[in-house]
Amino acid sequence: MSPFFIITAVVTLLGAVFAMSLRNLVHCALAMAVAFSGVAALYLQLDAQFVGFAEILVYVGAIAILIVFAILLTRSGETPVKSVLTSGWWAGIAVTAMVFTTLGWAILNSSATPKEIPAAPVATVKNLGDALMTKFVLPLEIVALVLTLAMIGAVLIALKEDKSENSGRKP
Amino acid sequence: MTPLQTCLLVSALLFAVGFAGAVTRRHAILVLIGIELMLNAANLNLIAFWRFGPNPEALTGFIFVLFSMALAGAEAAVGLALVIAIYRHKKTSNLDEVKELKG
Repeated sequence: MSPFFIITAVVTLLGAVFAMSLRNLVHCALAMAVAFSGVAALYLQLDAQFVGFAEILVYVGAIAILIVFAILLTRSGETPVKSVLTSGWWAGIAVTAMVFTTLGWAILNSSATPKEIPAAPVATVKNLGDALMTKFVLPLEIVALVLTLAMIGAVLIALKEDKSENSGRKP
Repeated sequence: MTPLQTCLLVSALLFAVGFAGAVTRRHAILVLIGIELMLNAANLNLIAFWRFGPNPEALTGFIFVLFSMALAGAEAAVGLALVIAIYRHKKTSNLDEVKELKG
C-alpha cells in the first residue's frame, strides 16, 4: 500500500478516536467530520470516485450538520462537568477488545484474500446509472420509499407534543 | 500483508473505535456518531472487496455502498429525531437517566 494510503488511514482513525473520546460534543462533531473526510479519501484511493464524493456530500455535508443541529437543539453544547462514560464502561471496552481481536485474527488468517492485485476497475457515472436503472431498479425504488417514510417518521417524532393529555386520541 | 488485508484492518479498527464509543459514552448523540462510524467501516469493507475482488465489473459492492449510505441517512434522521423527542420529554439526553423501560 502507498504511504499516502497509510497517512489517510491514520488521519481517519485519529479523527474517529477523537470523535469518541473528547468531552465537548461540538468538538466531537468536528472530529467526526474529519474522520468522514478521511474515509472519503480512502474511497478515492480505492478507485471508487463516485462513492468518495457521495460520502463527502452525505456525511460531511448533511449528517454532520444534522448532528450539530441536534446538539444545539438539546442544549448540550457546553463541556459536561460530570463523567461522560456510562457506569459499565469497562465491560464495553472488554467487549470491544474481543470484537477487534476476533476480526483481526480472521482477517490475518483468512485464505480467501487474493494475492495479486487486479487492474483498477472502471466505475464511471454512466456505468453506474445503467446498473441502477436496469439490474438494481427495484432496490432503488424501495430505497426511495424507505427514505420518504423515514423523513415523514422523523418529522412526526420530532413534532411538538400536545400540551393536553388526550387531544390526539379523540375518535 | 496484501492491500485487501490492510483495508480490512483499517476498517476493523474504525469499527472497534465506533463500537467502543457507542457502548461506553453517556450522551445519546455520541452513541449515534459511533453507529455512523461503524456503518462507515462496513462500507469501507464493501468497497475494498469490490476493488480487490474477482469480478468488479458487476458493480455489486459499489451499488451496495450507495444503498447503505441512503439507509444511513434515513437512520441518522430518525435517530436524531428520537434524541430530540426524548430531550423534550425528559429534559435530558443522558442515556443513564432514561431507564423507564429498563427491567
